[in-house]
Amino acid sequence: MEEKSKKSMRFRSRVLPALTTVAPVSLWMILFVAIPMIYVIVISFCNIDENYNVVFQFTFKNYIRLIDPDYLKIYLQSLLIAFLSTVLALLIAFPFAWIIARTKSRRKNVFYMLVIIPFWTNSLIRIYGWKTFLGNSGWLNSFLLKIHLISEPLDLLYHPATTILGMVYCLFPFMVLPLYSALEKLDGSLLEASADLGARKVQTFFEVILPLTSSGIFSGCIMVFIPALGYFYVSDILGGGNTDMIGNLIERQFQSGNNWPLGAALSIILILVTLLLVRIYQKLGGDMESLGV
Amino acid sequence: MSEYIVELDHVNKIYGTNHVVKDMNLHVKAGEFLTLLGSSGCGKTTTLRMIAGFEIPSSGSIRVEGESIEAKQPFERDVNTVFQTYALFPHKTIFDNIAYGLRMKKVPKAEIRERVEEMLSMVQLEGFDDRFPSQLSGGQKQRVAIARALINRPKVLLLDEPLGALDLKLRKQMQLELKRLQKKLNITFIYVTHDQEEALTMSDRIAVMHDGIIDQVAAPSEIYEHPATKFVATFIGETNVFEGCIVEIDGRTCEVAVENGFVQANGDDFSNGEFVTISVRPEKIKFYKDDIGSFGLQGIVKDYIYVGSVLKCNIVLPNGNEVRAERLSGEEVPKVGEVVYVTWDVGDAVLLHNRDNTIYNALNNMPIV
Repeated sequence: MEEKSKKSMRFRSRVLPALTTVAPVSLWMILFVAIPMIYVIVISFCNIDENYNVVFQFTFKNYIRLIDPDYLKIYLQSLLIAFLSTVLALLIAFPFAWIIARTKSRRKNVFYMLVIIPFWTNSLIRIYGWKTFLGNSGWLNSFLLKIHLISEPLDLLYHPATTILGMVYCLFPFMVLPLYSALEKLDGSLLEASADLGARKVQTFFEVILPLTSSGIFSGCIMVFIPALGYFYVSDILGGGNTDMIGNLIERQFQSGNNWPLGAALSIILILVTLLLVRIYQKLGGDMESLGV
Repeated sequence: MSEYIVELDHVNKIYGTNHVVKDMNLHVKAGEFLTLLGSSGCGKTTTLRMIAGFEIPSSGSIRVEGESIEAKQPFERDVNTVFQTYALFPHKTIFDNIAYGLRMKKVPKAEIRERVEEMLSMVQLEGFDDRFPSQLSGGQKQRVAIARALINRPKVLLLDEPLGALDLKLRKQMQLELKRLQKKLNITFIYVTHDQEEALTMSDRIAVMHDGIIDQVAAPSEIYEHPATKFVATFIGETNVFEGCIVEIDGRTCEVAVENGFVQANGDDFSNGEFVTISVRPEKIKFYKDDIGSFGLQGIVKDYIYVGSVLKCNIVLPNGNEVRAERLSGEEVPKVGEVVYVTWDVGDAVLLHNRDNTIYNALNNMPIV
């Protein structure tokens, strides 16, 4: 009898609170993160039969196929495009974030909204918008033809550069927001102190602004670089199949290629690359909270 | 070359419709400790920032050693600032913070090390080289900020309420240290504060500011004994103010009709019938049971407050105004509730033109039709 009441006490004081607070989160994580991940990992080690059905038969075949030279070329191209997109986004976003952070008036909100509102709109639609704008009979070409600046429509679509443009455009808010919050926190009197002590604007930038906003720059770069590796529809629509990226490769395995195990193996690689980048970010002293993790 | 190191002539600063600094003229002598004293929003910090180069004057000229600097960027000016919030670089060590100015000027490394060490010992922070600002106390940060500014050997050091964030005891100690440092290095200090005691303790001269205007620039004793305006008289220390109208002038002595009777004060350049303000410090107020002076205001002793060396006394006049007086402890004094006569030595009262008078202001601001 006493034993029983002790047990129920323990249940009430220890188990019940833990159950009610942690259990829902754990359940959510298990359902939506752990199980799908395990499923992907398992499939990546599976075989397929002649009808492209997944057969639960252990094999390394999918991973061996990943080092195919054609694939390696695509990985390199993906990394290059993601890298260039990141650099370009950083170069454009930094001055922009600086202006928002340093503007005191009501215009600040206007600038902020200019970043946020497109962010709320589906990026697929916006990418199609670019296609309409840049196409052979698109607005830009029609306009240039009309003012007789060109006699033939320019071939603006389906270049790697167009893909980069789309990436930068889509991922711009992810770069601006961390930069903005880092610049916002930057104490203006430090800039004055720097100038007071004889530093020119360029010196102040490298000595004070850059080191003090580096964590914002890191997180912005991570937040652009990682999605850029996987945004297959941007290279699909704007690159027109000329610019294959790892995201396209994965998408194709699950759709037209119908080779789920290979797609899963590719996904695993992409996840590993992502984790590696986040680890590097952490090592460099990056703040996980600013990644939204 | 003039004896002044910093000269401000007809300097104005206007933000939108806000006229922050109004036609300011201020001449600072080389090697002096000058304080800009005033309550918040009086334009003292703006003045300092214009000298530093963080703000551009709307009009007027600012010269350092006779050379116009208003077009110069902050980094081109031979002045350095100690900020209220210290503004130490959080990502740099104490050594790198102090060395910053010299590094920007590309001074050789060996000399930088030597001069930083010298500065660290001067502000008593030897061995703090490798620490970061976040590991320092408020007082230590303050010293680093001073060392970081002084290492550049500026012609003028600007200090914007540098002790504002420190507790009282530390503030007192730093006041003396700063004063000693200034004497030792013989650098001109322009110091901004709203703390009148701090200003009186440290300054060679004080410029009392009020609403964008300098009311008076003078030595602390002069400011205290002979305030030029009612604002200065009431802002610095305790005082009793009487407003009235001159009814008779005999040599320097003016007879003034105030609300509760007639009083006297000495003054030059006053005219009969003029509205004036009289300021008398509490320690100069005398009060007796009998009307024995050449003039006296009747009042009733309200209470005494014993504060150690002196006894503070409040006397209520018939119109309800209170007069504050002081007596040395142990002296025999009238009892609470007794009728007394309030008076003073004519030479102890300060007679002021009543520029604060609302009628005077109303007349002055009237649009010309």
